[in-house]
Amino acid sequence: MSNVLANLKYAASHEWMLLNADGSVTVGITDHAQEALGDLVFVELPEVGTHYDAEKEIAVVESVKAAADVYAPIAGTVTEVNQAAADAPESVNQDAYSAWLFKMTPDNVADLNKMLDAAAYQAVADAA
Amino acid sequence: MLKKTVLNSAHRAMNARMVDFGGWDMPVNYGSQIEEHHAVRNNCGMFDVSHMCPVDVVGADCRTFLSRLVANDVAKLKDSGKALYAAMLNDAGCVIDDLIIYFLSDTRFRIVINAGTAEKDLAWMQAKAAEWKLDVTITQRRDGANNLGIIAVQGPNARAKVWEVLPQAKAATEGLKAFFAAEVDQYFIASTGYTGEDGYEIMLPAGEAEAMWNKLNAAGVAPCGLGARDTLRLEAGMNLYGQDMDETVSPLDAGLAWTVSLNTDRDFVGKSALTAAGQQKQFLGLILLDKGVLRGHQKVMTAHGNGEITSGSFSPTLQQSIALARLPLGVQVGDEVEVDIRGKALKAKVTKPVFARNGKAVQ
Repeated sequence: MSNVLANLKYAASHEWMLLNADGSVTVGITDHAQEALGDLVFVELPEVGTHYDAEKEIAVVESVKAAADVYAPIAGTVTEVNQAAADAPESVNQDAYSAWLFKMTPDNVADLNKMLDAAAYQAVADAA
Repeated sequence: MLKKTVLNSAHRAMNARMVDFGGWDMPVNYGSQIEEHHAVRNNCGMFDVSHMCPVDVVGADCRTFLSRLVANDVAKLKDSGKALYAAMLNDAGCVIDDLIIYFLSDTRFRIVINAGTAEKDLAWMQAKAAEWKLDVTITQRRDGANNLGIIAVQGPNARAKVWEVLPQAKAATEGLKAFFAAEVDQYFIASTGYTGEDGYEIMLPAGEAEAMWNKLNAAGVAPCGLGARDTLRLEAGMNLYGQDMDETVSPLDAGLAWTVSLNTDRDFVGKSALTAAGQQKQFLGLILLDKGVLRGHQKVMTAHGNGEITSGSFSPTLQQSIALARLPLGVQVGDEVEVDIRGKALKAKVTKPVFARNGKAVQ
């Protein structure tokens, strides 16, 4: 069974979000997503400074089996990317909640309240 | 309702990740697909391929039938047990299926056909036997009474592991050269495979398959899913039906010219169309030089025009992305080309269509 952390917010498209003290949001893919994809071999990260609308394609993760788009869960501007995840894609398989992909400054931090909590995301993952 | 092989519950007991594979509920991996891949290159792994369909062809006219049915020449099969890889063509000279034919005697051959094409293949074979008024009986052995399971045990230690579990098979199989089969009691053991490694494909009564699977596992053979099977065959440069060729593709454009036997006056289905059309494309390998992953259907831009990737993935042995591609004539091994990946033109090197075999990279 895949792991869902209680302190995070989630998108139905299998991204997790952590609201940081400075108002930025850290984003990665969920444990359920990495398990469904299998061994990851390539991660394409967004460019720092670029603005994305919610639900826009922002990154790509590719496993041996397939390529999957990662979507911006909320609208915002990318402030930092995790190059370590791109250099070692398997780190996302090993711990999807440590191997974050990017940080963004949300246009409206209240958008986070519309995202799924752990219980709601667990239901999405179980149904997938 | 997905079809299940006789090993379905065994896969579930091993926590396999199951997927719909052409209407079959099959294991794609049991954990890490890359570890399963390495197990086969370096040690030993096993695959359930019971979704593939054995077909027994029996009767006085077997040789005549098969010599007209497929593009390779069964006259090459002189020694009992010898196997032949062949393409079965339609009248347009394109590939209905690729298959392996095992020669058992002049009145008995066994063919193994692909899972997704089994029904159409059988209908085609039956129609041709009737049309040519030949004495052959064609019997599928996948479904119903007397059905067979197939377990492929592959890797440098595959033979030793099989003998550990089936000691009675050692005498009859230890001298088997590549691409032969031996029958030992109820077991049909062939030195064939789809990984580029040594090993056996074992056909056995379906009711015995689960016990055999579990015994092999207890002997240390790693269960491997269709995911690893795909990267292993891709590294070995072996075609996958439905991706690298289909009913619209000539074997000459799919790297299968070596299986088309044209050096006698033998006629076979598709021969006139095939020879009239000639070769239009080349089937070659690609290694991605930039970062990313090559996938089927990506466009390849070359100095001689555009081509297309037919199969692509990440090669666990080379630690780079590799692909098989259909490219314009004139492209040479060693050329640098570009591949369109999500709108970006990434650099790739053209290679021979084989990347790794027998545990080692060959590029």
